[in-house]
Amino acid sequence: MNGVHDMGGMHGFGPIEREHDEPVFYYRWEARTFALRQACGALGKWNIDMARHANERMPPEEYLASTYYERWLAGLQRLLLENGVLTQSELASGMSAGPAPAGLVAFPPEKVEKAVRNGRNYCVDTPIPAGFAVGARVIARNINPTGATRLPRYVRGKHGTVDRDHGVFIFPDANAAGQGQKPQHLYGVRFSVRELWGAEAAPKDRVCLDLWEDYLQRA
Amino acid sequence: MSNDHQDHHEGSHFSNVELRVRALESLLVEKGLVNPETLDKLIETFETRLGPRNGARVVARAWIDPAYRRRLREDASAAIAELGYSGMQGEHMVVVENTPQVHNLVVCTLCSCYPWPVLGLPPVWYKSNAYRARAVIDPRGVLKEFGVELSDEVEVRVWDSTSEVRYLVLPERPAGTQDMNEEELAALVTRDSMIGTAKL
Repeated sequence: MNGVHDMGGMHGFGPIEREHDEPVFYYRWEARTFALRQACGALGKWNIDMARHANERMPPEEYLASTYYERWLAGLQRLLLENGVLTQSELASGMSAGPAPAGLVAFPPEKVEKAVRNGRNYCVDTPIPAGFAVGARVIARNINPTGATRLPRYVRGKHGTVDRDHGVFIFPDANAAGQGQKPQHLYGVRFSVRELWGAEAAPKDRVCLDLWEDYLQRA
Repeated sequence: MSNDHQDHHEGSHFSNVELRVRALESLLVEKGLVNPETLDKLIETFETRLGPRNGARVVARAWIDPAYRRRLREDASAAIAELGYSGMQGEHMVVVENTPQVHNLVVCTLCSCYPWPVLGLPPVWYKSNAYRARAVIDPRGVLKEFGVELSDEVEVRVWDSTSEVRYLVLPERPAGTQDMNEEELAALVTRDSMIGTAKL
């Protein structure tokens, strides 16, 4: 999706504002929103790529006008609604209109520590041949998917070199659309900044991205 | 002040969102979908257990133990887990080493991907529109804003975290630290040096 979230290379946002000793969360509602996202994610109704894409689908005007955790909150409400966990009227009123969908169980506090420590595995144990060897010259495909993608606009059509083969990973474009994992090789690909941004860019510098097999073609 | 931060101080805006979150939480609790103690436990974990002190220990160990540094290079997730750090948003770790010739900088242009087990949750600036937009097109300008000036001889490598792979920068060990022990070295390592926006 050519969304406003795909910010790499945009101008006009001004200097980067920093603060010393900032807290992990500024406000309790931010902490609660963060934790609600994790706890609701554990209900198992959506995966990480669907969750990211829910944030990305926020209308661009709202996305830019919102703080980080406001985006998370809006994304969570969207996920709860689209997955039938809550109804529109429940979200609007804050009042329960009936029991929760069958089979959904609140994630218990005693399992938090292990869940955080273990994480999830996005690498897939399927032996799939690699289409590109380390050192291969590639082009990031010039595609414009309307759904979720992790192929930023700024590399599309650009020439790069495969630096590393990370192994076989879940493909986010398919995973976010509920089309299964479509596992494939994930490569670390480097691009010179001159290829990306033109002859004025520093001669030696490079940008490295992790790109899936489906994003690449032979140069 | 960036938009991201300005909004934190708008009173009416803030109280509105606070009420919305409170309403959503009580609705989810009422329906048995969320246990409030689970939320407390999650918040406590991210406020107290995860943070850049973890990453600093990894860096200090790598400085004093060449075999550990090698393992970090070969399989960063396993080497980091040796020190007890693993899990969510750090499942597939890669460590990139700064040298006199190479300076590494980590960003996530599409969202806010960041290695939670070793650095905790990202600072506001890392998630800001300005950093996400500029790190890939103007890394030297960004570094300059952070007080890092690099000569043209140094190659800047920007790592855009587009997948579930998470990046940690291994900063150069500062000169004059040969007599320090691991703990003292860890105390020198800043969060920003492990993102790449600072040198030590």
